[in-house]
Amino acid sequence: MVPDDRKYTQEHEWIMIEDGVGTIGVTDFAAGELGDVVFVELPETGSEFSQGDTIGTIESVKAVADLYLPVSGEVIEVNQDVVDTPELVNSDPMDEGWMIKVRLSDTAELDELLDAKAYNELLGG
Amino acid sequence: MNDAPDLKTTPLTAWHRAHGAKMVPFAGFEMPVQYEGVLAEHACVREKVGLFDITHMGEIFVTGPGAEAWIDGLVTNRTAGIPVGKIVYNAMCREDGGVLDDMLVYRLGDAEWLIVCNASNHDKIAAWLERNLPTEGVAMADRSDEVALIAVQGPDSRELVGRVDVLAGLVEDIAALDFYTALTCDGPGGRWIVSRTGYTGEHGYEIYLPNGDAVAAWEELLAKGADLGAAPIGLAARDTLRFEVCYCLYGHELEEDVTPLEAGIGWAVKLKKEAFVGREALVAQKAGGVPRRIVCLEVTGRGIARQGARVLAGGRDVGFVTSGTFSPTLKKPLAMALVEKAVSDEDLAVDIRGKAVECRLVSFPFLAARTKGDPRADRTLS
Repeated sequence: MVPDDRKYTQEHEWIMIEDGVGTIGVTDFAAGELGDVVFVELPETGSEFSQGDTIGTIESVKAVADLYLPVSGEVIEVNQDVVDTPELVNSDPMDEGWMIKVRLSDTAELDELLDAKAYNELLGG
Repeated sequence: MNDAPDLKTTPLTAWHRAHGAKMVPFAGFEMPVQYEGVLAEHACVREKVGLFDITHMGEIFVTGPGAEAWIDGLVTNRTAGIPVGKIVYNAMCREDGGVLDDMLVYRLGDAEWLIVCNASNHDKIAAWLERNLPTEGVAMADRSDEVALIAVQGPDSRELVGRVDVLAGLVEDIAALDFYTALTCDGPGGRWIVSRTGYTGEHGYEIYLPNGDAVAAWEELLAKGADLGAAPIGLAARDTLRFEVCYCLYGHELEEDVTPLEAGIGWAVKLKKEAFVGREALVAQKAGGVPRRIVCLEVTGRGIARQGARVLAGGRDVGFVTSGTFSPTLKKPLAMALVEKAVSDEDLAVDIRGKAVECRLVSFPFLAARTKGDPRADRTLS
């Protein structure tokens, strides 16, 4: 049930790599725990961050969560749809509810992330 | 997740679990916080009808020839002299005017009363009543563990409640119930109390019934309400619903170090009453000027100001947010805050996780309650 086409973090983000660009979002589990999401705040395109930096916030009716960057790099695209329609985080967190795209500055950082099996274990699966 | 041996259950706990509710510990109970999702559940109650298991509330029955005067001396509102079937909202205060709890007081008979208190304060209130109990003339029976409580709330609640078999002969009486009145009838397991009360700002009812009748009544309500769109509603939506109409919640707007005059429920404080616990302190506070008040805020900057966030006026700390969320009906971040009385709109902000975010005062309440009159009346929005 955890797709194996991407990597995961302990903080319940996912990152899918294509041609050196990582698409980043939060997992089904994270979306379910947050409940109905009403705000998504994301960084500006062009900004650069290091692995683990807080790059945004996700607010639901009941809670607020930070969005952490799983890998260092430059933000090259922000999903305006998810900013305008935050319920995408609940309805399709693993696809249409993606948050940002990042050009990785150090692909070796990917090795530190969880694969699907390890993430599934983290969820107690 | 559901292994919580220390938590109390209700007769409906197994039902909630079996129907996919997310269960959380709340006031010592394992309670459903949401089913479908807080926004959908919130809308269901505003537009149709929803069912709440609020069995966690405390029910303390008081009887005897001295009950009327005794209760009246412990609560801030006027309960002595009310007719049978009438309900009154009250605060119960300490001598210094701090709020121990807010509660409903029902007159069920000439010498029979029911006090309904918050689950979170139930032990404290039961002990407070015990300590103040006179040696004769008044008896109290805490039946919180025997009584289930189902709230039926929303514009279609009257239609739905009237469909319940036990209430079949009472359809007209129920339709005639005024806000804050109740009737009683016999159910399979004993007496039911049906009251026109609620915590959502919608037309609604609360049904007190023996534990053994609860599952059948709940399932009957859901089955007979299917065409109305009736659905079970969790505590998360109960909170957003009460928040929009600015009903106080103990632990948020109300605390032991807050007086009812500060919390905006001065309308439930009758200082002209001869005597009640806390009266002198409240009279003095009123005479000297109530130092703080609850205000309604709209966060105009970005973010949601949640409980505990500091309120800043010109950069100076003037109070704190007592409740704050994203309003599902008004679709914006709103907050109630306890602030210095003189606070104005000028340079007002809330500290949201270290950032001063702009906000403004808006009128109270955020959303008009539809508890009286037309259950589908247009709302005047603030």
